[in-house]
Amino acid sequence: MRGLSRARLGLIGLVAVLAILPALAGNFTISLFNDIGLAALVVLGLVLLSGIGGTVSFGQAAFVGVAAYASAWFTLSLGFSPWLGLLFALAITGASALAIGVLTLRLGGPYLPMSTIAWGLSIALLFGNVEALGRHSGLSGIAPLALGPWKLVTSGSVYYLVWGLVGLAAAFSYCLLNSRIGRVIRALRGGSILLASVGADAGAVRLALFVLSALFAALAGWLYAHINRFVSPAPFSLHASIDYMFMMVSGGLAQLSGAVLGSGLVLLLKSALQDVLPLLTRRGSQIETLVFAVLFLLLLHHARAGVAGYLVRWQGELVRKPPDETSVDDDVPPLPRRALPVRGAPLLAAEGVTRNFGGLVAVNNVGFELRAGDILGLIGPNGAGKTTMFNLLSGTLPLSGGRIAFQGQDVTGKSQRSIARMGLARTFQHVKLRPQMSLLDNVALGAHARGRCGILQGGLALNRAEEARIFAEARRQLDRIGLGGREQELAGSLALGTQRLLEIARALATDPVLLILDEPAAGLRRQEKRDLADRLRRLRDEGITLLIVEHDMDFVMNLVDRLVVMNFGTKLFEGTPQEARADAGVRSAYLGHST
Amino acid sequence: MTWDVALILSIDGLASSAIYLLAGLGLVLIFSVTRVIFVPFGDIAAFSALTLAAFEAKKVPATIGLVGTLAALAVAAETISLIRQRAFARLPMAVAGWGVAPGIACALAWWAAGRDLSMPFAIGLTILLAMPMAPLVARLALKPIADASVLVLLIASLVLHFLLSGLGLLFFGPEGVRTQPLLGGSIAITDNFSVGLQVVLMVGAAAALSALFFLAFERTLAGKALRATAVNRVGARLVGIRPARTSLLAYGAASLLAGFVGVLISPVTTIYYDSGLLIGLKAFVAAIIGGLTSYPLTALGALAVGLVESFASFWSGALKDVIVFSLLIPVLILRSALSAHAEEEPEEIPS
Amino acid sequence: MTVLLEIRDLHVAYGRVEAVRGISLELGAGQIVSVIGPNGAGKTTLLSAAIGLLPASGSVRFEGEEIGGLDVEARVERGLCLVPESRELFGEMSVQDNLRLGAYARRLPRRLLKERLDFVCTKFPRLAERRDQRADTLSGGERQMLALGRALMSGPRLLLLDEPSLGLAPLIVQEILSIVSRLRQEGVSILLVEQNAMAALEISDFGYVIESGEVDIRGPSDVLARDPRVFATYLGSME
Repeated sequence: MRGLSRARLGLIGLVAVLAILPALAGNFTISLFNDIGLAALVVLGLVLLSGIGGTVSFGQAAFVGVAAYASAWFTLSLGFSPWLGLLFALAITGASALAIGVLTLRLGGPYLPMSTIAWGLSIALLFGNVEALGRHSGLSGIAPLALGPWKLVTSGSVYYLVWGLVGLAAAFSYCLLNSRIGRVIRALRGGSILLASVGADAGAVRLALFVLSALFAALAGWLYAHINRFVSPAPFSLHASIDYMFMMVSGGLAQLSGAVLGSGLVLLLKSALQDVLPLLTRRGSQIETLVFAVLFLLLLHHARAGVAGYLVRWQGELVRKPPDETSVDDDVPPLPRRALPVRGAPLLAAEGVTRNFGGLVAVNNVGFELRAGDILGLIGPNGAGKTTMFNLLSGTLPLSGGRIAFQGQDVTGKSQRSIARMGLARTFQHVKLRPQMSLLDNVALGAHARGRCGILQGGLALNRAEEARIFAEARRQLDRIGLGGREQELAGSLALGTQRLLEIARALATDPVLLILDEPAAGLRRQEKRDLADRLRRLRDEGITLLIVEHDMDFVMNLVDRLVVMNFGTKLFEGTPQEARADAGVRSAYLGHST
Repeated sequence: MTWDVALILSIDGLASSAIYLLAGLGLVLIFSVTRVIFVPFGDIAAFSALTLAAFEAKKVPATIGLVGTLAALAVAAETISLIRQRAFARLPMAVAGWGVAPGIACALAWWAAGRDLSMPFAIGLTILLAMPMAPLVARLALKPIADASVLVLLIASLVLHFLLSGLGLLFFGPEGVRTQPLLGGSIAITDNFSVGLQVVLMVGAAAALSALFFLAFERTLAGKALRATAVNRVGARLVGIRPARTSLLAYGAASLLAGFVGVLISPVTTIYYDSGLLIGLKAFVAAIIGGLTSYPLTALGALAVGLVESFASFWSGALKDVIVFSLLIPVLILRSALSAHAEEEPEEIPS
Repeated sequence: MTVLLEIRDLHVAYGRVEAVRGISLELGAGQIVSVIGPNGAGKTTLLSAAIGLLPASGSVRFEGEEIGGLDVEARVERGLCLVPESRELFGEMSVQDNLRLGAYARRLPRRLLKERLDFVCTKFPRLAERRDQRADTLSGGERQMLALGRALMSGPRLLLLDEPSLGLAPLIVQEILSIVSRLRQEGVSILLVEQNAMAALEISDFGYVIESGEVDIRGPSDVLARDPRVFATYLGSME
């Protein structure tokens, strides 16, 4: 692919320039690039957490500070080497992030970012008010880094260490994003209901991501303390966090490359302004703040995609494409599959299922049974309670009364995630796909619960074998639903009907026993509906049980074996499609009475 | 801690509560109508304090230049956008609203500066100058992204604070000010305990303004339109209420409150160009206790923040801010736990 | 008969998905026109585009004036009024305040406002009883009445009614639809979107059956009510 090779070329060029820079540039430039490297580490974490994961943090500078102060105090007061200081700094920062994350990450709406302002500000204020941390004058005389007898005192000597760490962090992030957990990270913005439907725990991944981004910040803080050999509260203030955010947005929110680009751009501009402004005015430093604030606002107004947003169009995404058609071998061992129940065995039983919203009874005492190998249609006029019933069956909503059994087990109080892991897969009425991910990635997300590799294995690229099996499975499911050959297209570029098919493929990738579909035919054209019906029949023939909530009567009547009709939250009718059409109650529920 | 000390701390806390109450009301008003968490509120309050100090010192307040600059930029932005839309007929109104109205305030202030002003007149002028500030900065920085997510708006609002405090340093300089108390003297309650009249004034003014605020909301059509926009934006549009107009009204009213906050706080605290952030953020803690929507709960929140701050400063002056902000985290958790349930429901109720 | 509302070749898309694909319809002054069709056919989208809540391409003319480029508020000022499926009441405000705000776009003097308030209260006596109650404490039927009453406060020329019978018990449906059918005596024309096809056709003059974002069948309401194809769009045909 041309785009990919351009991205590779750009990367190689960047590395080459960075590698020879110390030979060409003076001390001032090198130390400026050290600063850029430190910022890039922080912004890399921020891109993962906020740009990609969607959790906005205004407190990253505080984490840098925690690590800087931790290592400074550890080496100054206890006399340990800076390398032990690194471990101490990582531990302290990781533990604080874990504690803060557990407390605050479940906050909804604007509360979460507000809380990051609160603790970001509090931590920075603490530095300036604790005696042992030197209050506002800070701590000085911190030991420099040393490799054996070799002290890394000059900016040139730490340069390779800084950029080496940036490189490692970037590589780790890159591999992580392209792993099993990475797919969950990229899908976090899709919401926890989507992730629970493939058996993934959004909360746990978000927490891990939060700690990871704090550790990247800690790395920068540790370097900062031992390069400058002095720490004071100012560089870790709320203002600094906003600067990191500026770097992220100007680099391009969701781009790893944007982290380096953005920090480079902002710090080079800052340095240029510091050169130029004093020539124009005595109040250079004040104007500098203004210039940055105005630039940031303009960026938010006009180019939220940032610089990398433009670059991406030119170079193709820097995220690795999954292996091409040719590179997939047929001898990849398939993922394990679960045993399907015997045709005709009871699979799902709802008994007296009830759900209230305040005073409103949305679903009232509904019961039915679904046998393995059947296709059951759940229909009813608008507002009949079908979607609520759907959410109750899948565990998305808790029941107010009644019980539900799945595969002979009582699943009434169980979480959506654990029910999904038992083999119940679903699609969504309002399609929940990740528009910026490829079709293949979207379907591979479905196989999440069938893999094992965690963050470390993903980041260190120790997951190749499992990934190959997951992608082989995703391809199989795309073929199965008729989307083979379109693996690399972005989900967001599909028509709505095709997006619904893609959701079915994702649901199939979970290796389901029971597939429940919420309006799969909406938005499809006539021929597409026929094709879909054929495919669903074939799935049934392969042993998968289907429950379909649908409005399109042509589609339902000709597909299902049995129908449950709901009206006003109760079960109005149960029987075959022919019986339903003849039933007077069903007719009047749909067409209304004459008044 | 003796009872006397506790009493003194409580009175101090009550005085700060008055400030946080007014600021909190302004923040809730803006958020409920525009979804913007308006961090620069505190900056405008600080500028208002600096303005009053300038009048007192018989100097020309730098606010005139600040407001004038903002107004000029706003007129330019509005003109460009109207020309792009080819809505030439609306140009005169736009220039009058964004340019002439703030201009009149500036001209009055310019004429009055340096003269011997009576205290009420100086205060009136100060508030008049504060009035256009929030609408102007919102027009320039927030209106172009009015439809963006709450998060983008929050980022923009934070950046706006840094922009304003930068402008504050440029226009007002780094010196702190403290103005004459509006009312001297005190009321003796026990032998060794008395309450300053300024404190009484602060609490009284806050109570009166809140009452006025409440009346405006309950009794006027404009107030009801504001509430309606906050309660249901789509519903408001369907009866012909323009969100842009109600937003403007909300920013104007909040700016007025910020003006009062500045006037009330400057006799009791030294105010610098950047003192606004902490005032604003503490008012936020109060507003968040009110869920960013409830005015009565915000009032309770303001009381809590004021008292906690006052007692915390007795325990450790250096850490009082840390303590107040840390208060936010349990509040947020409680809030989120309470609202998580409510947020889920409307989505799931069959329509 | 003068044409009040004329929609020509309207297209509405959500992203890449077209929900309304070239719908044209006409409504004469004093008429009730119903738009029926199964769920997901694009009926609500059609109304939202007509009032300006959704961007659309094509032409919308009201009393001969092209209003396609106007914002919602300007259309409301010209006498259009949408009563949406989701009602969109001001839940935390009193019934009375909801009604008063209904006349917001008219800027009526106190006396006229009072008169109109009384008029709406005589039409909906149940609302009069609950004047000071908060709107979100009303029952489903009362909410629908409040939504209708709020719309009438603006003295509309054309009401766009989206599923007024949705989720209501049959008796209340009857009550609401009979109020709707009598509105035409006050000089209000109505574009009625309904899933309850038989009831809608009964009170309307003309009907359009919409499926998959296109007009499938059109005709006088009494003719449509007997058309077997209407039945098929709802309950499907067996192949």
